[in-house]
Amino acid sequence: MEKVKTLFDVIGPVIIGPSSSHTAGAVRIGYIAGKIFGEIPKKVKFTLYNSFAKTGKGHGTDKGLLGGVLGMDVDNESIKNAYEYAKKMNVSYEFEYAQDYGKHPNSVDITLEGSNKMEISGVSVGAGEVCINKINGYKFNINGDYNTLILIYRDKPGMVYRVTALLQSYNLNIATMHCDRNAKGEEASMGICLDAMLPDTAIHELEKIEEVYLIRNIEVLKK
Amino acid sequence: MMKIGTFQELFDTAQSENKKIYEIAQQNESENTEISVESIREKVKQNLNAMKAAIKLGLESKEKSISGLCGDDCAKLLERYKSGNSLFSKPYQKVLTYAFATIEQNLRMGKIVACPTAGSCGIVPAVIIAVAESIGACEETEINALITAGVIGQIVSNKLALAGAVAGCQSECGVASAMAAAALVEMYNGSNEQILSAAALTLKNIMGLVCDPVAGLVEVPCVKRNGFLAIYAVTGAELAMAGIKSVIPIDEIVDAMKQVGEMMSPQLKESSEGGLATTKTGLKISAELAEKWKQIN
Repeated sequence: MEKVKTLFDVIGPVIIGPSSSHTAGAVRIGYIAGKIFGEIPKKVKFTLYNSFAKTGKGHGTDKGLLGGVLGMDVDNESIKNAYEYAKKMNVSYEFEYAQDYGKHPNSVDITLEGSNKMEISGVSVGAGEVCINKINGYKFNINGDYNTLILIYRDKPGMVYRVTALLQSYNLNIATMHCDRNAKGEEASMGICLDAMLPDTAIHELEKIEEVYLIRNIEVLKK
Repeated sequence: MMKIGTFQELFDTAQSENKKIYEIAQQNESENTEISVESIREKVKQNLNAMKAAIKLGLESKEKSISGLCGDDCAKLLERYKSGNSLFSKPYQKVLTYAFATIEQNLRMGKIVACPTAGSCGIVPAVIIAVAESIGACEETEINALITAGVIGQIVSNKLALAGAVAGCQSECGVASAMAAAALVEMYNGSNEQILSAAALTLKNIMGLVCDPVAGLVEVPCVKRNGFLAIYAVTGAELAMAGIKSVIPIDEIVDAMKQVGEMMSPQLKESSEGGLATTKTGLKISAELAEKWKQIN
């Protein structure tokens, strides 16, 4: 889906420098990953690949990712001091740098630990745009441009119907939908971009579906 | 819905409705995004204020970037201008120092407005804000100028990605300079034709500019380039306001830039595999920084 450029894509956004892909994009990946994890982690590990690994320290990619996970947005002037903030918040962090040319030049794998553990991967595709492309091994395509419902569940016939019927009952329009399942075919995932935010009552109804293990309702990011 | 995909369409629409380019741009934005013109102008004002804040902080700081390569050049310029012994008149001095102030804020992880990108963030604010201060222009004039700058970049981006990795620096600092030139003509209340001429003349002369950052960082040559291309925008505006026109129409210039971007080697498109990045000194800096990065963290 080609996005129409607005005036504010050109005379904006307001961001922390120095790089829209290596700094602002990193903040955004961290920020969305933090929202998906759903809590401030006790421990977080970032593995930066390729260009992120090679030039990341000079661009503050490390600080951007960490700041994002801690809930800082792209224009937060505290990003520069993300390490100090993490220490204050008792979040332990670790960075690894690697090369893998099978991956996008600006890729990162994030492992978050707290009351549970999640693995989230993202890429910074340029101009501050990002994509969360993997959560706990499942393929996703989340860029923060839409309200997004994330579900991981035990795979059985009729699950997509049950979820979309529920959305329909709330008169919510689906912009895009992305499904995946694990190798054994026992577990599956859905990433659903919606034109409006899912209300809490709908989330409670989804929680009642016993096959569903994980539900996240991610609000569209401000631009 | 209004459809403005080219500069010719922008110009024709403005002429037929007897409006300025910024008026068509804000009207177009409002129709496409379903946000009122008033709210759009309010957001432009917020971004303008963010630009002013970056300049203010940048003028006061000498802090170097994480790499230590850049960060104290604005201070050097300010020191020189204290002496009063400069070829540049006061407005020119401001344009130059404001561009350095902004891009240096960027490299020290300060808050800036990507315009159109982070690496070219110094050019448009420097020209609009320095000129506004020099001629005593009001905020509404600055907003009109920034919207004019925006629509220039927006239309270029319909054909050409504004990213060094796609089309080289011509599409970042080059486009920023054309945006600034157009904005400056608007501030002097130039005609729509002069606004587009300023952008055209500026774009034409940065065609082929490569993106070859040393060690992959937005510092060398980006910092100085922001200063140079801010001043360069003033030249574009001067020519246009003298009635000088580009022989090649601006839409065709953008087509040519796209073609040049496609012909440009990937080694010269933000990959740091050619140009200044692979000079003897560029490589030495890159190797030293690789060591430095291992030691921190």
